[in-house]
Amino acid sequence: MGELIYLIILIALGYFVGTRVERRHYRLIEERERNLLHLPAVCGKDFLEDRAISESRLVYGSVVVSTDYFKLILAGLRNLLGGEISAYESILDRGRRESVLRMKEKAVGADIILNLRIETSRITEMGSMEVFAYGTAVYYNR
Amino acid sequence: MLLTNIESIPGKRIVEHFGLVAGSTVRAKNAFKDFGAGLKNIFGGELKSYTALLEESRNQAIERMVKQAEQLGANTVVNVRFATSNIAQGASELYVYGTAVRIE
Repeated sequence: MGELIYLIILIALGYFVGTRVERRHYRLIEERERNLLHLPAVCGKDFLEDRAISESRLVYGSVVVSTDYFKLILAGLRNLLGGEISAYESILDRGRRESVLRMKEKAVGADIILNLRIETSRITEMGSMEVFAYGTAVYYNR
Repeated sequence: MLLTNIESIPGKRIVEHFGLVAGSTVRAKNAFKDFGAGLKNIFGGELKSYTALLEESRNQAIERMVKQAEQLGANTVVNVRFATSNIAQGASELYVYGTAVRIE
C-alpha cells in the first residue's frame, strides 16, 4: 500500500511539475528562436552568397534532456499496445530545438550556418537522451 | 586549428591533403551525479551534469583529433563528423573524425 502511494505521488509530481517545466522551456525556446531568426542554419553547402568570406569554423551545441515520471509511465503502458508514443515526441522536440539554439548562440556575429547535422543518442535507461547539433558557421567580410 | 563539417573552407584554398584523422574517448558517468539525475528524472527537463560531462568528453575527443592533425603538419580539418555510441551500461564512446588538410 505504501509503495502504491509513493508511486502515485511520483506520477502526480511528474505530471504537475513536468508540465510546468515543459511550458516554461517552450516559452524560452520560442523567444530565443525569434531572436536568432537573422542567423539561418541550413542543411546543405550551396547557400553561400557571392561575397568575400572572413572566417568559417565549426560550431556545436548539445543538451541532455529527460522525460518526466508521468510520461515515462505513460510510455511504458504504450509499449504494451504499440503505436505512437507522443509523450516522447515533445522531449525530443525540445532537445533538438535547444541544441540548435545553443549552437547558434556560439556563432555570434555569423551570417549563416552550413551543413547542419543533428545527432541523437540514448544515454540512460530512464528515458533521457543527448541531442547534439553541429554545423559550419560562415562570416562574411563586413 | 580550423575545423569545418563541409568539404572545403569557404574563402580558402586547400593545398595539401593528409587523410583521415580521428579522436575518441570513452566516458562513464559519475554515480553521485547520477543520483541527482535520477531525482531530475521525476520532473523531466535538462540534466545539466550530463550535458557538461558529454561536452567535456567531446572536447577531449576533438583535442585528440587536432593533435593528430598537427603531427601530420595540417592546419585544418575538413568534413568533421561526430558519432556517439552507448557501449556499455552507463558508458558512452564519443568519436570524432575528419580529413586533415593544409590551407594557404
